[in-house]
Amino acid sequence: MGQFTLFTAVKVFVAFNLMMTMVAYVVLAERRVCAFMQDRIGPNRVGPLGLLQPAADGIKSFFKEEFTPAHVRKIYFILAPAIALMPAILNLAVIPFGSQIGHQPMVLANLNVGILYTFGMVSLGVYSIVLAGYAANSKYPFLGGIRSSAQMISYEISMGMSVIPVFMLVGSLNLNQVIGYQAQGLLSWLVFKQPLAFAIFLGAAFAETNRTPFDLPEAEQELAGGYNIEYSSIKFALFFMGEYANMILASAMMVTLFFGGWTLPWLGLDQPAATLSGGIAHIAIFLAKVCVFLFGFIWVRWMWPRFRYDQLMNLGWCRFLPLALANIVVTAVWLWLRS
Amino acid sequence: MIVKRKALNFWERLYLPAIIGGIKVTARHFARTLFGGKAVTMQYPEQKWAVPPDYRGAPYLVRDQEGHTKCVSCQLCEFVCPPKAIKIIPPGPAGQLADRPNAEKMPAEFEINMLRCIFCGFCQEVCPEEAIFLQKDYSLTGLSREEMIYNKEKLLELGGTHGGIQKWKHKLEEAREQENFPVKS
Repeated sequence: MGQFTLFTAVKVFVAFNLMMTMVAYVVLAERRVCAFMQDRIGPNRVGPLGLLQPAADGIKSFFKEEFTPAHVRKIYFILAPAIALMPAILNLAVIPFGSQIGHQPMVLANLNVGILYTFGMVSLGVYSIVLAGYAANSKYPFLGGIRSSAQMISYEISMGMSVIPVFMLVGSLNLNQVIGYQAQGLLSWLVFKQPLAFAIFLGAAFAETNRTPFDLPEAEQELAGGYNIEYSSIKFALFFMGEYANMILASAMMVTLFFGGWTLPWLGLDQPAATLSGGIAHIAIFLAKVCVFLFGFIWVRWMWPRFRYDQLMNLGWCRFLPLALANIVVTAVWLWLRS
Repeated sequence: MIVKRKALNFWERLYLPAIIGGIKVTARHFARTLFGGKAVTMQYPEQKWAVPPDYRGAPYLVRDQEGHTKCVSCQLCEFVCPPKAIKIIPPGPAGQLADRPNAEKMPAEFEINMLRCIFCGFCQEVCPEEAIFLQKDYSLTGLSREEMIYNKEKLLELGGTHGGIQKWKHKLEEAREQENFPVKS
């Protein structure tokens, strides 16, 4: 028992720090990638190739004046940024980010209802934005909060529906078994078996993480920043970190559910590792896959314009939801015919 | 004018052509900037843009072609300066004489507070001696407010030499000619 606690504590520490480092560097990656796409160079001054920029950003946001406007609702105002980062961190617990090192499974909590837990936590994410919009007590944040709540509700349903066929095929809600199912070669990756489910999940993931083309809650052009207008200093940075942490988690979820998690169908990398180097290789594979998705998230942001609000709702309720439901029915019929 | 909106066909309604177009454009720019070194960014402190010839930067005092102070401490620039950035201390009755013939005086001290200066060019316009010019410096930095007050020495050093009109030289020549006026033939 004591050993279990110790190992878990170590894993929590490492995983948490790894994620926060990734958050910092995804922000840098976003700035560099968008700069390249816009024929610019981006931050390249702090450290070699600008690699210490996240440290500079962090120091700056801690030392900036933290201004609380007089008209805000204080408790919610403080609560909202605290909640912003929470769902992503809590979700980290169920993501299998590697097979095993020694006899330690590389997942913090091997829940049998992993995906339910994930969806539960993800839907908490909306509270920070809605609370921020409400606490700010002024019109643009309020509009951002309203948009966010409507958007989240509609997309969460599509998202939930889209993964049901996945679990019908796998026959379990445990994320490790989802990965085990996908370890039987490249074509058993669920993105090839359920491309429609993946497409819907991808769209919904963009909406859930408030990324372009669905970044309506912050919509700089119309809402001047949306829900986070009234925030400054580290509170603003927390919203920012929350957004990127959510991106990482969404990428990790997509990798786990559709792209085989830590497995690769070659070189025997599809089985839980027996050696230390194999375990580390699995973690590296997982992180590499996540990074590909993160690059996709960033790329999309600097490529597409934002959807109009009615188009967004139309897409969510009239396209994604019926398609997801149809996908469930088709999968069910197919499984029934096969059995 | 009524713009006819062509109905989108099925392929276009899938958004895919637009998406592919976007991918192509962004990927092209990404590769060109990252691998081709085609960024439009100027790495500022190392690279600087060419300042146009009539650029109005910071005002500095200039010397004439013989290295003499051109300023005669008339204080017109001090009076015309809108942000009151210029401060001149005249030499006074017993002060130092001008360092060139035919000028009555030169300033004992001449200060421009570069934190106040707005680079408007009034001092240059009003100067009867063409002794002060807006030059090409646009980025003045310092670690303290005191450091940003440029004194006469510094202004003269930064200003350099400027021939311009040589009013006093001509006056001197005229005066000499006056002495020999009835031209001896």
